[in-house]
Amino acid sequence: MAEDIWILGIHMTKFGKYPDRDTIDIAAEAALGALGDGGVTMADMGILAAGNLMGASAPTGQMLQKQIGQTGIPVFNVSNACATGATALRTAIMAVKSGECDMGLAVGVEKLAGVGLLAGGSRKSDSNTFTPSGRYGAVAAVDGRIGTETMPGVFAQIGMEYGHKYGGTSFELFAKISEKNHAHSTLNPLAAYQKRFTLDEIMNDIMIAYPNTRPMCSANCDGAAAAVVISDSKLKTLSLEQQRRAVKVSASVLTSDPYTESCQVLPDVNTLTRRAATQAYEQAGIGPADLDLVELHDCFATAELVHYDNLMLCEEGGAAAFFESGATWRDGSTPVNVSGGLESKGHPIAATGIANIWEICHHLRGEAGERQIEGAKVGLAHVIGLGSACGVHILEKSAA
Amino acid sequence: MAKQVPIVEYLALEPTPHLVAHQCTACGARFFDRRNACASCGSAAGFESVAVESDGVLRAFTIVSMAAPGIPVPFVAGVVDCGGTSVRANVINTEPDPEHVTLGMKVRLATQVIGTDGEGTEAIGFGFEPA
Ligand SMILES: [Zn+2]
Repeated sequence: MAEDIWILGIHMTKFGKYPDRDTIDIAAEAALGALGDGGVTMADMGILAAGNLMGASAPTGQMLQKQIGQTGIPVFNVSNACATGATALRTAIMAVKSGECDMGLAVGVEKLAGVGLLAGGSRKSDSNTFTPSGRYGAVAAVDGRIGTETMPGVFAQIGMEYGHKYGGTSFELFAKISEKNHAHSTLNPLAAYQKRFTLDEIMNDIMIAYPNTRPMCSANCDGAAAAVVISDSKLKTLSLEQQRRAVKVSASVLTSDPYTESCQVLPDVNTLTRRAATQAYEQAGIGPADLDLVELHDCFATAELVHYDNLMLCEEGGAAAFFESGATWRDGSTPVNVSGGLESKGHPIAATGIANIWEICHHLRGEAGERQIEGAKVGLAHVIGLGSACGVHILEKSAA
Repeated sequence: MAKQVPIVEYLALEPTPHLVAHQCTACGARFFDRRNACASCGSAAGFESVAVESDGVLRAFTIVSMAAPGIPVPFVAGVVDCGGTSVRANVINTEPDPEHVTLGMKVRLATQVIGTDGEGTEAIGFGFEPA
């Protein structure tokens, strides 16, 4: 059996707007921060995995090395929608787990401030002569004419579909989820937005795609996060302080979306998340009840609800009641998104899947300051990218 | 009458407007777009054209207020369960608000002209209206 893998060092930049810095500047801050946090250097790394969605055709990893150390190690530039950061981390973990190297660096970075509404790929402009084209033989753009491909609209339907299947949901319920995450963000100095909203303010803000108003949508912003992973045997050669702060990766899982009847019509974000969670709990040998905190992919308030169920934090069909019980507030039984989540912390796409790991590590190390979940020993980080890809990592506090 | 073309090939206009799916001959999975083989079972045995029921139940919806240029807002986008086949479409011919559009409402296929090209050909779109 392969040996255990640990996070030795990890760093996230403040999320927000960096008009005077380029993508590599932000990535370098995260990478150097993670190396420094782990007490190691680029010379110790055996692999670099770099994620950047907006510049997916660029050699982001090599460009980063030009700024922080060209050591000649293999570089994997990865792109996997909103799961890009988790995919970079998983790539580094696989390399170390396979024994090809004993330390690796994963980086996720995005510059997204000022980017408008994100939609799927089928938009095209209308032409002057109707000519069928593409796999649907469409004569005109279908986004907006045959349903919607905008992200707020897609995830709105995902939440509404859950409500249709199980009941208990309402505009107000979804808005309350957003109220929670914005309240949590006030304790996170690295969040892009740290403003608490009242329920009325959220419900009366600009409607983007019912029931998602603007504060119920993830915030486009710039940011990066990076992590150094290390094998168990190598960690044992390092200082006691490094061993004490290391966080164990008890599960690292990546899934894609298996075929389901309606997935061609509305992306099925449920089945692959449930599968990833099932595999992760098995790998870690723990259950949802053991989790002290969860960072899940609340790209929209409507998405957070369905993932309570997909990650099995509640009984099947019981997500609305679970939320109404107060369980997912920071003083509840299963605090969810104490960072503020994507709705307020921000969602620099490729950084998100490592930034959520940073949040969990911060608590497991007891270094989360004001927003520390006291005595946190186990946490779960989840991301999902449409297309689709799902990453789930379970992390445990060092016993040392 | 102006010449008409459907917005997508899976909308058949004759004899009465209806949707046509490509059904995997091996497992019965249905697709609206051109597929190289079956995403459900992997079979490359091929697909046959089947008519999809035009009556359905609205299983999910959203009311979109921010959309691509040229798309009038607000509009209702949703997923309709047509006798076991899921269909993506707008909900049309009703007010786009949560009082008029509700989960589980019965709907039926309807068509409308969505534009006319430089040669006078009309593009026919589809949606679902309250039944
Ligand atoms: Zn098949």
